[in-house]
Amino acid sequence: MEPLRQSPSPCPSSRPSSPRTPPCEMFGHVGIEAVLDQLKIKAMKMGFEFNIMVVGQSGLGKSTMVNTLFKSKMWKTTVPGFVMPIPQTLQLHSVTHVIEEKGVKLKLTVTDTPGFGDQINNDRCWDPILGYINEQYERYLQEEILITRQRHIPDTRVHCCVYFVPPTGHCLRPLDIECLQRLCRTVNVVPVIARADSLTIEEREAFRRRIQQNMRVHGIDVYPQKCFDEDINDKILNSKIRDRIPFAVVGADREHLVNGRCVLGRQTKWGIIEVENMAHCEFPLLRDLLIRSHLQDLKDITHNVHYENYRVIRLNESHLLPRGPGWVNLAPASARQLTSPGPSKACRRARDGSEDGF
Amino acid sequence: SHQRKWADKEYVGFAALPNQLHRKSVKKGFDFTLMVAGESGLGKSTLINSLFLTNLYEDRQVPEASARLTQTLTIERRGVEIEEGGIKVKLTLVDTPGFGDSVDCSDCWLPVVRFIEEQFEQYLRDESGLNRKNIQDSRVHCCLYFISPFGRGLRPLDVAFLRAVHEKVNIIPVIGKADALMPKETQALKQKIRDQLREEEINIYQFPECDSDEDEDFKRQDAQMKESIPFAVVGSCEVVRDGGNRPMRGRRYSWGTVEVENPHHCDFLNLRRMLVQTHLQDLKEVTHDVLYEGYRARCLQSLARPGARDRASRSKLSRQSATEIPLPMLPLAETEKLIREKDEELRRMQEMLEKMQAQMQQSQAPGEQSDAL
Repeated sequence: MEPLRQSPSPCPSSRPSSPRTPPCEMFGHVGIEAVLDQLKIKAMKMGFEFNIMVVGQSGLGKSTMVNTLFKSKMWKTTVPGFVMPIPQTLQLHSVTHVIEEKGVKLKLTVTDTPGFGDQINNDRCWDPILGYINEQYERYLQEEILITRQRHIPDTRVHCCVYFVPPTGHCLRPLDIECLQRLCRTVNVVPVIARADSLTIEEREAFRRRIQQNMRVHGIDVYPQKCFDEDINDKILNSKIRDRIPFAVVGADREHLVNGRCVLGRQTKWGIIEVENMAHCEFPLLRDLLIRSHLQDLKDITHNVHYENYRVIRLNESHLLPRGPGWVNLAPASARQLTSPGPSKACRRARDGSEDGF
Repeated sequence: SHQRKWADKEYVGFAALPNQLHRKSVKKGFDFTLMVAGESGLGKSTLINSLFLTNLYEDRQVPEASARLTQTLTIERRGVEIEEGGIKVKLTLVDTPGFGDSVDCSDCWLPVVRFIEEQFEQYLRDESGLNRKNIQDSRVHCCLYFISPFGRGLRPLDVAFLRAVHEKVNIIPVIGKADALMPKETQALKQKIRDQLREEEINIYQFPECDSDEDEDFKRQDAQMKESIPFAVVGSCEVVRDGGNRPMRGRRYSWGTVEVENPHHCDFLNLRRMLVQTHLQDLKEVTHDVLYEGYRARCLQSLARPGARDRASRSKLSRQSATEIPLPMLPLAETEKLIREKDEELRRMQEMLEKMQAQMQQSQAPGEQSDAL
């Protein structure tokens, strides 16, 4: 888009516009459109950051999904036959890569949660996850309250948590419900039906409906949250997405030849499952949501809502008066307050009348 | 099959014994108790329906998510009578809904272990009792344990369950929903499970060696079937018609159709052949001769020497004969109760006989004595 394109811009000019008037810069044309390009250029120079976390039992294809999403080998996926021992406690580990496409740099950090839900007793297995997420908020907060702040605070906050639901075909399991309830209060959660190639189309639909109902009943508000729809366009677009969540996804990092095209897929004796084929699975919807359309929105909600909520709690906890301009002494966060599935935090940008069905 | 020289003067006649056995079994019918265990959502019910071509789970209500939050493990029994080729099989299915579903599954296998032992206990009482003619065998003859195709082998819960029950019931491990796996993944998973079973010293049911006089083809087929354990199964009761081909049971996906009875797609046929067609009787025998005897020996030994911690392992049964150990005398009250119960039973049978005789006399027709006693 060129800033000086000679398009008739509505402007309070005193000269009547006539079709004969040669297109030229009118007096009223300010050139504000150029700002968009300035933003773009700056953003491209600085690059984008995006942090996602993948949560789910082992074997649900988390690593493969990440590789498929970003079309690059973020991780070595488990080779059949090689098995990492299931860790006794949940250990998170993060990997950061910088990937580039058409001049746009993306610093991507993916946090995995191996050992989640694999034990006999999985009580409180969500604590390390919530702890990690809150730790990133804390880090940002500490940077933010400094007197001399960095120009650009490194953002390690989790912008999106992809939750992998096993394809039982029945409904959400107790573990899923407990976890999702807690995660949704703290971070943007996008649930997906993992390894969906074991479900037929009909089974997927029935499963999806049941999960949606479970989420309604148990007060699980996943991304995109209804209360943050800003205008009617948002509402329309996001409603379409909400209708299909959780997406039934399949991941693959091997390519096969199908009808002369090279596609990512899984080859079985009865056919090839093409990951990017909407008739086979809904991976394209997940990719579009996370990367192509809502990446910035995920970051915005994280910053304006989840992080602010965290900040409010922390500030309320510390009762000391400000020592000086802009100085707030924070007491160490109390873990209990931050990990209970208590009543939901206030929706910051809730519009009146749109807070239905939460 | 051996040639019979009917005209042979040396012919004694007991070669017809198998036929006699056959006739008796046909008349008596066949009882079998099959337990199905594993996390929910692994296709257990569908597989059972596929195996026995019946809708055992027709009236099934899958519990809602809220219900599952407080669900504890229950044991459910369903019975069905299947008749084929003149033989009646009374199949009892034992289900374990709630297994592996909770957030905290510690000790969730204990009710299952208790159930299995209760059946042994009941049999032991019946066997030591006074009227042994009509012992009902409710012992669990086989446990089909479903392993998730998504886990990277046996999960901690699988190991815990199998270790708790492997000396008490015949275990046949299967991988459920195996159409989620590509061929290489299936092989790797099977190998991993076999390795883990060995490492954890879990004894699964061993299909017996085939006779040495079977032909090579049969032996090879038998070996192949054994190598495909744990069976990677897919179940379906839906019939798919793949244009041109004959209709068959399968699962239709948008990228292809899985055929349940296609040996290249899954091990369903192997499982059906080995479980139902060839080894049903052997499973019962092993349950009786090995597992039950093991339980009985442990029981008697602990009665003989209270506090004795001897565990007769499956391979070395205690050599002590019953004469060396005092008979398990049930407490006096128990014995009296048993005698009274048997008396009642005898009286009822007497009444029934009299009634039938009266009926026969009335109808004046040669009535057939039913075998239902």
